[in-house]
Amino acid sequence: MNTEALKEMLYKMADDQLIIGHRNSEWTGFGPLLEEDIAFSSMAQDKVGQSYALYQMLNELGEGEPDTVAFMRNADQFHNCTLTELPNGEYDFSLIRHFLFDAAEAIRFDMLTRSSYKPLADLSIKIRGEIRYHTMHARTWIRQLGNATPESVERLQNSLNEALPHALGIFEPSPFEDEIISSGLFEGERALQAAWEIEIMKVLSETVLQVPDLTALSPSYGGRIGKHTPHLQPLLDEMAEVFRSDPTADW
Amino acid sequence: MGKISDDQIYDWLQDVKDPEIPVISLVDLGVITRLDWQEEHLTVHMTPTFVGCPAIDYMKQDVIDVLHQHGLQEVDVKITYETSWNSNMISDQGREALRKFGLAPPPKHNLIVDIDVLEHATCPVCGSENTQLKNPFGPTACRSIHYCENCKETFEQFKPV
Repeated sequence: MNTEALKEMLYKMADDQLIIGHRNSEWTGFGPLLEEDIAFSSMAQDKVGQSYALYQMLNELGEGEPDTVAFMRNADQFHNCTLTELPNGEYDFSLIRHFLFDAAEAIRFDMLTRSSYKPLADLSIKIRGEIRYHTMHARTWIRQLGNATPESVERLQNSLNEALPHALGIFEPSPFEDEIISSGLFEGERALQAAWEIEIMKVLSETVLQVPDLTALSPSYGGRIGKHTPHLQPLLDEMAEVFRSDPTADW
Repeated sequence: MGKISDDQIYDWLQDVKDPEIPVISLVDLGVITRLDWQEEHLTVHMTPTFVGCPAIDYMKQDVIDVLHQHGLQEVDVKITYETSWNSNMISDQGREALRKFGLAPPPKHNLIVDIDVLEHATCPVCGSENTQLKNPFGPTACRSIHYCENCKETFEQFKPV
């Protein structure tokens, strides 16, 4: 097994979970209704917890302590896709992002239950079960609001158009793609994207939302190699504020 | 000290309760997955109900404290996903304790939880199945919120996962 390939894969997954988890947590106290406030807060807790478990796995492979890794890197050392770091915007954007991102990660962790790296396969069984609630939540709201009022449809449509190029950035190929696939670590980003397209189309086809031709869009790549939008660094500064001022603080 | 049986350890661990649901022991919750003896040294394998469970460190310390109280000095707790927790692992005794606490126990399932499974919660107050799922997310990661059309009570369910 190529440990560098494995680490690269774990870093991007852990960073995705941490950053989307942080964005979800920004809805705490601001949800459009109490239930959504709780939903996004709960999903934040799940995702940050999952990132911790992945950083822990990296730690066992020789990387730094989870807190140090999470709080002491700058934006250019993060491997999350740009979709996760975009500001929450209004609720429609957060909902579309949640739908597009979680559909992909549900399939990713399902595929990873068959990974040749046993600790990851074990953890993925657990994570898959948790994410099922997240995708269920996203689908329920997309189906409702994607068929509701002209305003809800227009808002979701605009957000969908804006988010899609970033969503395609989820599948930015790894420099180790061939090895990852041939060693059975993971089925690969291309297989994931194909399954994701089927999944999102299935849900969107039950709404009046229009899906643009995905092949005509240019994916927002770069996140996986540390090239981020200007939105990531301020998020990291805020997230790490306590740790950087006092690394021994409990909060 | 002579060799202590695993049954004895599980019995002692009945005293360690879930800090967020103090009526159910970790044993009945199904999160103690293995006891591993190396001579006199015991490693308790434990797996979280949810990956992001914030109570795991407390539970870990509680396990160590209780076993220390019984005179077992060489104990550590290993958090592992080797045996992945699912809600079918809650014992019958544990289910009954949850119900009495006012929390609907998770329905047994075939490990593929979809919305149908989650929607079918039995009201822990009146036993009616005429209930509605209000929110798949509740006050803690492991609970969902439901409403009983029969007795008009809002209740929580320990989520099936």
